[in-house]
Amino acid sequence: MSEELSFTLDGRRVPFQDGQTIMTAALAAGFYIPHLCFNPEFTPHGSCRVCLVKINGRMQASCTTPAAAGQTVLSEIEEVREMRRGILQMLFVEGNHVCPACEKSGACQLQAVAYYAGMLAPHYTHFYPRRPVDASHPDALIDFNRCILCELCVRASRDVDGKNVFAVQGRGIKAHLVVNTPSGKLGATDFNITDKAAQVCPTGTILRKHSGYEIPIGQRLYDRKPINVVGDVAALAVSKGGRRHD
Amino acid sequence: MSTLETAAQSDTLCRVAIDPLSRVEGHGKVTLLVDRDHRIRQARLHIVEFRGFEKFIQGRPYWELPVVVQRLCGICPVSHHLAAAKAVDQLLGIEQIPPTAEKIRRLMHYGQTLQSHAVHFFHLASPDFLFDFDDKVAHRNVVGVMADHPDIARQGVKLRKYGQEVIRCTAGKRVHGTGAIPGGVNKSLSLRERNDLLTDIDLMAQWARNIVKLMKIAYQANPAYFIHFATIRTNYLSLTRADGALDLYHGGLRAKNEQGALLFDHLDYRRYAQVLREQVKPWSYMKFPFINSLGPDKGWYRVGPLARIDNCDFIATPLAEEERKEFMALGNGEPIHVTLAYHWARMIELLHAIEAIKELLLDPDIFGDELVAKGEMAPREGIGVIEAPRGTLFHHYRMNEDGLIEKANLIVSTTNNNQAMNESIRQVAERYLDGKELTEPLLNQIEVAVRAYDPCLSCATHALGQMPLYVELVEEESGTLVDCLVRDTDGTVRNEASALAAGN
Repeated sequence: MSEELSFTLDGRRVPFQDGQTIMTAALAAGFYIPHLCFNPEFTPHGSCRVCLVKINGRMQASCTTPAAAGQTVLSEIEEVREMRRGILQMLFVEGNHVCPACEKSGACQLQAVAYYAGMLAPHYTHFYPRRPVDASHPDALIDFNRCILCELCVRASRDVDGKNVFAVQGRGIKAHLVVNTPSGKLGATDFNITDKAAQVCPTGTILRKHSGYEIPIGQRLYDRKPINVVGDVAALAVSKGGRRHD
Repeated sequence: MSTLETAAQSDTLCRVAIDPLSRVEGHGKVTLLVDRDHRIRQARLHIVEFRGFEKFIQGRPYWELPVVVQRLCGICPVSHHLAAAKAVDQLLGIEQIPPTAEKIRRLMHYGQTLQSHAVHFFHLASPDFLFDFDDKVAHRNVVGVMADHPDIARQGVKLRKYGQEVIRCTAGKRVHGTGAIPGGVNKSLSLRERNDLLTDIDLMAQWARNIVKLMKIAYQANPAYFIHFATIRTNYLSLTRADGALDLYHGGLRAKNEQGALLFDHLDYRRYAQVLREQVKPWSYMKFPFINSLGPDKGWYRVGPLARIDNCDFIATPLAEEERKEFMALGNGEPIHVTLAYHWARMIELLHAIEAIKELLLDPDIFGDELVAKGEMAPREGIGVIEAPRGTLFHHYRMNEDGLIEKANLIVSTTNNNQAMNESIRQVAERYLDGKELTEPLLNQIEVAVRAYDPCLSCATHALGQMPLYVELVEEESGTLVDCLVRDTDGTVRNEASALAAGN
């Protein structure tokens, strides 16, 4: 019987199988690496960079880097944490993330990851972009102010729902989420609130209408325990038997 | 109205500013224009901050309103939370929410009234009664109260804490919770929460009775001063229950004139725009509301604890009713116009809030599980009105077919008292300051007059595009004004550093 493949994550041994990334192996072993654009049900994207870890001395995204035997992976060291905080701070100032009044607050993956990473303030100057809300759909609302361009809704709508409702348009700082209709309005699409694309947003961008704040403070997903203990929407999906959509 | 609102020739007068006003919520200042003989020629209360909530909630979904708009204030957010929730109920066409929801909302509101009144009296206003006007500034504050009257200070802190606990149990957080949602609430009370709150309720009532007694002693110690200081004869506006009882959560609009005769009564508050108007003056960010039928010169009115006690026929809780009767006896059948009596009326309400909390805690409906009434979204207007700690609070919204807010109008409690506060400081200026060389203790009397109203200045500044807007560029180290951009009432923009000096 051959010896089990493994690498170390912050000094702890993590077994893996061929084809797994550092992220998937770590999550499977019960170790949390913060992430936003990663969702085990979808092909890794590597765009948010929040899952940066130091692998054999080099900074790399753990969601896209294949696990290899003998790797030394460092995640919870100050050098990595500082970079993560910087990335999160830039995400917060690039959009309009008003956590105190947001209905996703307490159950928001972005907010929970920021808490986990020790981000106490946005630090950078806010961009304050003007992004009108799209409430044209009877059951769903898109608040573009909170979009971090993780493209999970794009992937879910394309790969699972087969609808291609969403896309990212523009490049660099001008990149933004759009709805694939001539009017650009969600109400003009065949989007349904039960679609996969409606379930995967890690922020408060795609929301079910008329139901905000229904869960009392104290009972929301991250009110009592942090995200590394509770897990995120993606991890919860896997634990409930969610499958990967390649 | 006083003649001291605008001086005839302001360019020859000396300007004295009380900036900032101390021991009030928010930022404001008072300016006095004085001639060479120390005669007061102009006195104005200015609100110097700008919020703009009416504008930036446009385009937001209706269900956000109660949570977003409450951020107007850190002292009375529950009042904004509930006024917005009542308006949102109407946006959905909901006429009646479940009994559990209404009682939880009421409990939240009485907790709010208790904590806000306690903050104002003990933390902000009590030095005005416990120390002399010429007491040292460094001592004339809550720290001085803690040093000289530790029992009173401790009771103030614990009364406020109790009110905050009631809010936490009903809204999820002590400040800026999420309890009220469209059509109801998101939680009822647990048995444990109820029992914890009941533990101290009788002690709170005892302390409240003591503090009402303290106000009576303060009055009896110097009735002449108490009766005349900053006192003005005004109209009064408040909500009252259908049977005329004091009701802080819901009711019809009642207005009385200075003799106590009814101007209107049991008016559905959704018709407020038919009886109230707002005037804009170029020197303040705060509007000046008035009763339409009387016009801006005679139609201004007062709201808040004094107005509510003056307007109601009775209080439905026994201890507060006993105190109300004693209080009203001073008026000889007329409303009480004494401005300093605001404090006394406020403490009667604090006692009432505690009694009302106890009644609700003993009501089994607060454990119910029917929390929300469902409605249907349609383009509508919704108007929520509530008696906030500082007075009648109006939230008016219009929603489009997608559920987004198109227009908002907020008449905040303090705004209703704008003209009255200005008149009170003018009365004090004329009576106590006129012809005298101005000293800090004399100027302190102006602040005492404003403080009686418990103004929340941060709540009250929302009009956008109607008043002149000044943008100042100030050198960081020296504080020197480098430049000033002015947008006038007609929308024209000019660059004028000197405009600041002339505009006070």
